[in-house]
Amino acid sequence: MTEPAKDRAKTGTTARQLAYLAPILVFVVMSGYFLWGLDPGRNPRELPSVMIDKPAPEFTAGPLAGIAVPGLATADLRTGQVSLVNVFASWCIPCRAEHPLLMDLARREEVSIFGLNYKNKPEEARAWLEELGNPYTRIGTDENGRIGIDWGVTGVPETFVIDGSGHIRYRHWGPIDKDALERTILPLIEELRG
Amino acid sequence: MIPEIGHFALILTLAVALVQGTLPMIGAARGNDTWMASAAPTAVLQLIFALAAFLALMHAYVTSDFTVVNVALNSNSAMPMLYKVSATWGNHEGSMLLWIVILAVFGAAVALFGANLPVSLRARVLSVQAWIAIGFLAFSLFTSNPFERMFPAPLDGKDLNPLLQDPGLAFHPPMLYMGYVGFSIAFSFAIAALIEGRVDAAWARWVRPWTLAAWCFLTGGIALGSWWAYYELGWGGWWFWDPVENVSFMPWLMGTALLHSAIVVEKRDALKSWTVLLAILTFSLSLIGTFIVRSGLLTSVHAFATDPERGLFILVLLFVTIGGSLILYAVRAPSLKAGGLFATVSREGGLILNNLLLSVACATVFLGTMYPLIAETFGYKATVGAPFYNLTFVPIMAPLVAAMALGPLLSWKRADLAGVVSRLKFAFLAMIAAAALTLYLQRGPVIPVLAMGLAAWLFAGAVAEWAGRIKLFKTSPSDSLKRAIGLPGSAHGMTLAHAGMAVAIAGMVASSTWKVEEILVMRPGDTATVAGYDYRLEKIERLQGPNYISDTATIAVTRGGEAVAVQKPEKRTYPVQNMPTTEAAIHTTVLADLYTAIGDPDGKGGQIVRIFYEPLVPWIWAGSLMMMLGGALSLSDRRLRVGAPKRKRAPALTEARA
Repeated sequence: MTEPAKDRAKTGTTARQLAYLAPILVFVVMSGYFLWGLDPGRNPRELPSVMIDKPAPEFTAGPLAGIAVPGLATADLRTGQVSLVNVFASWCIPCRAEHPLLMDLARREEVSIFGLNYKNKPEEARAWLEELGNPYTRIGTDENGRIGIDWGVTGVPETFVIDGSGHIRYRHWGPIDKDALERTILPLIEELRG
Repeated sequence: MIPEIGHFALILTLAVALVQGTLPMIGAARGNDTWMASAAPTAVLQLIFALAAFLALMHAYVTSDFTVVNVALNSNSAMPMLYKVSATWGNHEGSMLLWIVILAVFGAAVALFGANLPVSLRARVLSVQAWIAIGFLAFSLFTSNPFERMFPAPLDGKDLNPLLQDPGLAFHPPMLYMGYVGFSIAFSFAIAALIEGRVDAAWARWVRPWTLAAWCFLTGGIALGSWWAYYELGWGGWWFWDPVENVSFMPWLMGTALLHSAIVVEKRDALKSWTVLLAILTFSLSLIGTFIVRSGLLTSVHAFATDPERGLFILVLLFVTIGGSLILYAVRAPSLKAGGLFATVSREGGLILNNLLLSVACATVFLGTMYPLIAETFGYKATVGAPFYNLTFVPIMAPLVAAMALGPLLSWKRADLAGVVSRLKFAFLAMIAAAALTLYLQRGPVIPVLAMGLAAWLFAGAVAEWAGRIKLFKTSPSDSLKRAIGLPGSAHGMTLAHAGMAVAIAGMVASSTWKVEEILVMRPGDTATVAGYDYRLEKIERLQGPNYISDTATIAVTRGGEAVAVQKPEKRTYPVQNMPTTEAAIHTTVLADLYTAIGDPDGKGGQIVRIFYEPLVPWIWAGSLMMMLGGALSLSDRRLRVGAPKRKRAPALTEARA
């Protein structure tokens, strides 16, 4: 056998050996992902918002006819006060579930709660608020859902925490429960107030 | 008392498995016959103890012994008896126990039917099998003890998840596990072969029936799960590419590849190290399947019992099992001698193509399933759904189906492609006819036209191969019949399974392309027309079931004034868990399912009613059943019959001579 031929044969064997090693290498990489994925703090169901730490999108939403609070616009979020923006609709059952908590929060007057009435007929929304009470100091109507798209709303209800400069700091997906309110949202509001 | 006996039996199972895992293995290494011989009785003993533990748990469920935590959390005294029994495995701990029992069943089967195996191979296979059992027994005993007690006992149990209170789902887990766990035998054989350093035709002949049996069960298990999703979730879909579904589908794809590559090892003594790798990967995917469902690693619509702590234990188990076997493979496989040369166009070549396409298809599903996890490590969230699989998985399956009709006609070593193609002229005509018919009926997109053509091609191709073997219409009918009877079971089985695949594909394509769905609000007396059928909502009444309250609608279905069916879809509420379920009403005809389900009332006297026209869905189940039966028929082949190889062949030969 000539020298180059021997060399080729040698690299051939190395390539073969490597091929036999490939499955275990792939598995080791996969295990790394598995191990990482087991972190108990991780929730695969949680969808993060791309809007976090960005200024709230520019919008002006007209008031809800028949309810005696003004409409909502971007400028209302830049007053130097921390605020909550709650996306709601009368057809949304989980909204009904979180509503008492919002009423309770409104009574404590710790933070101003703004509502964004999402894809909802004004008269239905009004009837809903008359039945359950109105926790919002401002309500913007978004009947066709265009504002919701700018905010990256994926489902109702959603709640955003906005700092005094109008930046979105947190998004809560789904109905707020006592746990989320007391462990996450209220401490965050305290922190933003600094 | 009985739960304690069960717990004790489970501990004994572990003790026996430890003996079975060490003694025969050392015996095989030292050539000690007595030690090797201990493998069979310990395997049987392991089954007896595992079965005792399982029956003890079932007893607790049947008698509603709520002092057992597991029973209290997953059963209720008002539940019908069938679900009390099936609740035994309808929870994490119980399903682990079922897994262990099935593992022991397969081990004992190798011990009992494996008398003809080389002594050292049998000893090693059973030892490897015992090590798998040790892992799962330790997992069960240390992290998921099903026999834990609580005092004081609650007055009544918390009920089984209502979605699981269903006959289809009562038998889905055992079937699926028989499939998953069945592949452990192929795995144990592969590891034993790597330790022995020998893979030959006899080895393949041994591995194949076990793989085939597991494959049949897995096919049945997946079909049953899909059927359940179809009628129970109320959305008329039968496959959602959900992670839980995918993890059962991946071992199926790999197992199908293994089934075919083992043929090459048996007949031609080639593809050895590849087949060994497939055996390892198939079982590894089964293990990963168990892991993902239980660890909360990926989000799914129907994951149960998620717990990261247990996940860590399983991860270690996986790492040892899969990592260990792949290292063994890397070290030992290069020394396996390759044999049997062949041309590209040959039966071997066809089977390699089959393996290649199935592996790539499996890799695609794997990537799609894992992608959300991978994406997350790079800091963003992603979900992978049907559009991904339609663009990747489907185009890989298309050439596979096209080649499936050709493959069985190819001869070993070197095949005459022109000759094969000419034998498929009828299949070609069938393909054109089916495509033309589809085009005539729908005049729509081109892909379903091609797909229906392919399904017809595969069906006709499978039938043509079978007809060719029995010389149908080329000789007298009685001669054909004689030939058909003389044909080995595996030949009939292959035809039936391949034809079943064609039938199932037609069903899948038709139902996903031409499904008609209407979601309406109806009041009693309203009618709706969907795909030519008139649906009239007669009434909605509230009925009381054994452990649920049901809102049952009565819907009269007519076509052109003629009565077709009366459907009674239900919406059930299970008060104990305060959870609703839908029970769809399905009227099956040969060509379509008429499917109705009811949703929530709209609060103004109306009811949300979902009406689906599901073309050819019954074909999916029929096709799956044909595949299962094909596998079973193949198993009945005496050449494959467990424990048969030498003794039974001699009389067969003399018969042939006489």
